[in-house]
Amino acid sequence: MQKKIEEIEKSIDEAVKDVQSSKTLYEIKMRFLGKTGEISSLLKNLRDIPPEERPSFGKLVNALKQRASERLDELEAAIKRVELGKKYFREKIDVTLPGRCTPDGAFHPNTLIRNELISVFAGMGFEIYEGPEIENDYYNFTALNTPSDHPARDMQDTFYITEDLLLRTQTSAGQIRVMENKKPPIKILSPGKVYRSDDDATHSPMFSQMEGLVVDKGITLCDLKGMLDEFAKKIFGEGVKTRLRPSYFPFTEPSVEVDVSCFECGGKGCRLCKGTGWIEVLGAGMVNRRVLEGCGVDPDVYTGFAFGMGIERIAMLKYGINNMKLLFESDVRFLKQFKG
Amino acid sequence: MKAPLSWLKDYVDIDITAQELQEKLFGCGFEVEELIYLGKDITNVVVGEVTECEPVEGTHLSVCKVDCGEKGIFQICCGADNVKKGIKAPCALVGATVYATAKDHVTVEGITTIKKGKLRGIESEGMLCSGAELGVNGDMYSGGDYCGLLLLPAESKNGADVRPLLGLDDYIFDIAVTANRSDCQSILGIAREVAAVLGKPFKEPDYSYKAVKCDEKIKITDLAPDLCPRYIGHCVKDVKIAPSPAWLKRKLALCGLRSINNIVDITNFVLLETGQPMHAFDLKTLAGREIVIRRANDGEKLKTLDGNEFKLTNENLVICDRDKPCALAGIMGGFDSEITDGTEEILFESAKFARDNVRKSARALGQHSDSSALFEKGVNEYTTERAIKRALHLVDSLKCGSVTDIHIDVKTERSSTGEKEMSVSVEKINALLGITVPVKTMESILKNLNFKVKTNGDEMQITVPGYREDIDGYPDIAEEIIRMYGYDHIKGTLLTSASITNGGYNDSQKAENRVKNILAGKGLYEISTYSFYSQKNLDALRFPADAPERKAIKILNPISEDLSVMRTTLAPSMFEVIVRNLRRGNTDGALFELAKIYLPHELPLKTFPEERRTLCFGMWGKCDFFLMKGLTECVADAFNLKFTYEPCEKPFLHPGMTAEIKCNGEHAGYLGVLAPTVAEEFAIEKPVALAELDYELIAAQANGFKYVPLSSHPQVMRDLALVCGREITCGEIEREIFSACKYVSEVKLFDVYYGAQIGENKKSMAFTITFSPKDEPIEDKVDGFIKKILNNLKFKLDVNLR
Repeated sequence: MQKKIEEIEKSIDEAVKDVQSSKTLYEIKMRFLGKTGEISSLLKNLRDIPPEERPSFGKLVNALKQRASERLDELEAAIKRVELGKKYFREKIDVTLPGRCTPDGAFHPNTLIRNELISVFAGMGFEIYEGPEIENDYYNFTALNTPSDHPARDMQDTFYITEDLLLRTQTSAGQIRVMENKKPPIKILSPGKVYRSDDDATHSPMFSQMEGLVVDKGITLCDLKGMLDEFAKKIFGEGVKTRLRPSYFPFTEPSVEVDVSCFECGGKGCRLCKGTGWIEVLGAGMVNRRVLEGCGVDPDVYTGFAFGMGIERIAMLKYGINNMKLLFESDVRFLKQFKG
Repeated sequence: MKAPLSWLKDYVDIDITAQELQEKLFGCGFEVEELIYLGKDITNVVVGEVTECEPVEGTHLSVCKVDCGEKGIFQICCGADNVKKGIKAPCALVGATVYATAKDHVTVEGITTIKKGKLRGIESEGMLCSGAELGVNGDMYSGGDYCGLLLLPAESKNGADVRPLLGLDDYIFDIAVTANRSDCQSILGIAREVAAVLGKPFKEPDYSYKAVKCDEKIKITDLAPDLCPRYIGHCVKDVKIAPSPAWLKRKLALCGLRSINNIVDITNFVLLETGQPMHAFDLKTLAGREIVIRRANDGEKLKTLDGNEFKLTNENLVICDRDKPCALAGIMGGFDSEITDGTEEILFESAKFARDNVRKSARALGQHSDSSALFEKGVNEYTTERAIKRALHLVDSLKCGSVTDIHIDVKTERSSTGEKEMSVSVEKINALLGITVPVKTMESILKNLNFKVKTNGDEMQITVPGYREDIDGYPDIAEEIIRMYGYDHIKGTLLTSASITNGGYNDSQKAENRVKNILAGKGLYEISTYSFYSQKNLDALRFPADAPERKAIKILNPISEDLSVMRTTLAPSMFEVIVRNLRRGNTDGALFELAKIYLPHELPLKTFPEERRTLCFGMWGKCDFFLMKGLTECVADAFNLKFTYEPCEKPFLHPGMTAEIKCNGEHAGYLGVLAPTVAEEFAIEKPVALAELDYELIAAQANGFKYVPLSSHPQVMRDLALVCGREITCGEIEREIFSACKYVSEVKLFDVYYGAQIGENKKSMAFTITFSPKDEPIEDKVDGFIKKILNNLKFKLDVNLR
């Protein structure tokens, strides 16, 4: 019997000698330790053993089983370690390869600026109003104190569709529509496309404006200045200041041109500000009494201010775009640069 | 508006530098766009006296010794024909800059630096100059036109800078004048502002003249007072046409005008100085020796003094004699009544013409002049009255003729002249500005601007000068005060008295932002293209002549044909962008544009058209139909909608790869792959997909969302592989699956197979169907559902289980 056990031990030795894969080892395990394996089979012969030897025989077989199983388990663990190492080696990746994800697209620069402007003014209580782009003479000119013989009509070359209908030359046209339908207090922001017959590096026949209008009791030129100071800080940076200087628009009186201190050089003078330290960004003024009257707002009770700026101009200044055409050409190499 | 510093100094005592004056003008509303120093390109040119002059044999050259005073004596080789011993001429020293002239010795071709050199082997240390080389013509300095040396007076100091001598030590202010200040389109107007801003007196020019008595009557009849509210004529006899004096020529030259003769120069001088265009008729050429101001008859002809002939209409105002038009009012005089060397009698005209009529006529006829430019901006009668006196003063003082007392002033009922009285409240002015300007300061500012002021408590009685037609109400006075007081006094406040308002986007604007955000998140770039294009853009996409897209709004005065039609569909713009990108080597891309299309209710347009927001997609390179469809589905999802898709045809899309998109049964757009025919025409080798959605319709149909309670029972999923005819669409099968069983919550295609195994003309489609329970479990019922679904498919579409 002892001999049989030794034989089995020997054949285990033999079997595991060249084992390299866990699969082969599993087969070996089954061959010796399985339900019908060689070691288990030994116990089946228990009947042939004299009863008094049975306990010691049982002990021997169990010890054998114990030894074999420990040995094979150990071996298995070792083989698995090697196998895992190989697997890891095989599956190793180059972590510097690019990640996989649909890259984000981006908004048009105009939309970026528009949203920034809206967030500045919405926070100060401005509603957003968008009027029609095809306007009539009344809303675009007459109601804005620019009657047909007014020289200011030449300030903007207008695209006409009929004698009366035209492509609006300014978002100011929306002011009138708002004031006709809403009584003060009014605080609106009116972004949109406008059209002028002009085409070069800094002019485009279509561009966008953002118009602001405040009408209430006791509004002053200082309020206009204060609001524009906020705008300049939020859009161009904390240290940026504004400067008002006299100008003329038919629908405001007094009218001002608004410059911001150059955010590139801090006002020392550079190429962007053409050495002046200031950059012209918008036109503004106190709403002309005639405009208020025309909209049924009593100018002796209410005053107001309005301002209007070119969105493309702000975008060009802020992002350093040197030609307005780029904004409308839609070259993907251009568009990809405006993430954020 | 160009104003020479030397001319302004005739009327104001300017004691600051040109640069300081530029700053002052800027602060009070007159931006100097360019401050030009006349001598800016001329350096190191001094008075030189030719002390020796020997001709070089066999050449046109002379070797000179030139004495430049303290600068030294130089040997200079000179080719001018008027060089000789004893003359004085401008001498450009080595290192000097002067203008380079072309072969004609007149045309300036840039700036050149003088170097030491050799001419025909003879050393030359500098150059003697002509007028052209110094930027001086005969009007600027006598002799400046001569193409040889510019001769300087014998008393000039050798070695002195020639710039002051030649009048080059002067500045031109090129000033942007705002449209409300037409009174400042003149030297006097700017001078008045300069006087105000410096707080100095304004010296009025001399308007005096002596008139000789004359008995003749000259008749002036104004038949169009609406277009000519004021017309003043004055007669001058014994005219002696001659050249103008140097000072007058020079003033004109500084403003870019050539001298013609004394009378014409006087009219031009007065135009520049006062801003009132003047005209002088040769009185002998006026039939009946009379003037009639009237609208032209349709078809009437007039030849203007530049030789152009015009066929006129009733919209043009003409100045006529008894028989015929002699001038295009406010624009240009007639050829036949022009001042000539033989002119003996003239009639000066100083008038006010309606600005919009001058503008319309000048545009319609394509005839523009300095005169029409001023009339378009508007002239005031204050100036109309004075300008003619100024002209007569000049005639008198320059002795160009005898000023008569024949003065005809036609003042129609439309005429408006004189000072305006108004009363304003000091408090209101300060309330508008938001600061307190001391009353004394207000008064002194207004007085400096020629306003008369009387203050009584809060009330300020103001007399507005006659030339300030722009002053209308107290805000104008407030503006006058603050522009002189200084805008730096305005300190920012934040609506201290205003009511609180609630700002921000409305729902529609929020939805737009959300859609844009989603699309950018899907990797698309937003674009913005022009709202107008050409019919050619529609041709490119092969829209037939009767396509509804062709019913587009046209611009009457487009920049070019390429930008002449308001778009009715965004696809042509998107296509143009894709073609441009491909041509620039951008191999792939995905773009969207959310913009309006313009749909006329009728053509020609009578009412406001419909402006409809439209969403357009374009992809090229890595793209196909289904990638595009993924985007349109994503838009549907953004609005909690379900689109349906049906095959359709578009002239520019692949007939087998195009779908009409419907939303709740309504047409909501299309998508498809570019037709190979179009691709070939534009040499596009990459796939291109386009889609366009009626954003307005979709946004209007949007569904909100609400929480649906979760079932406590699990949902069940089953896969079905089906076999059907090739013509059966996935959409049809999906629809029938849904309609057969109300528990079906999702049907998802996961495989399509064509092959011999299932027979020709057949295809197999495999779906995962999700059944969602309601109140009770459904595990036991699913077999029944499947059976019902299969029966329905078999019955409706002849679809079988594979």
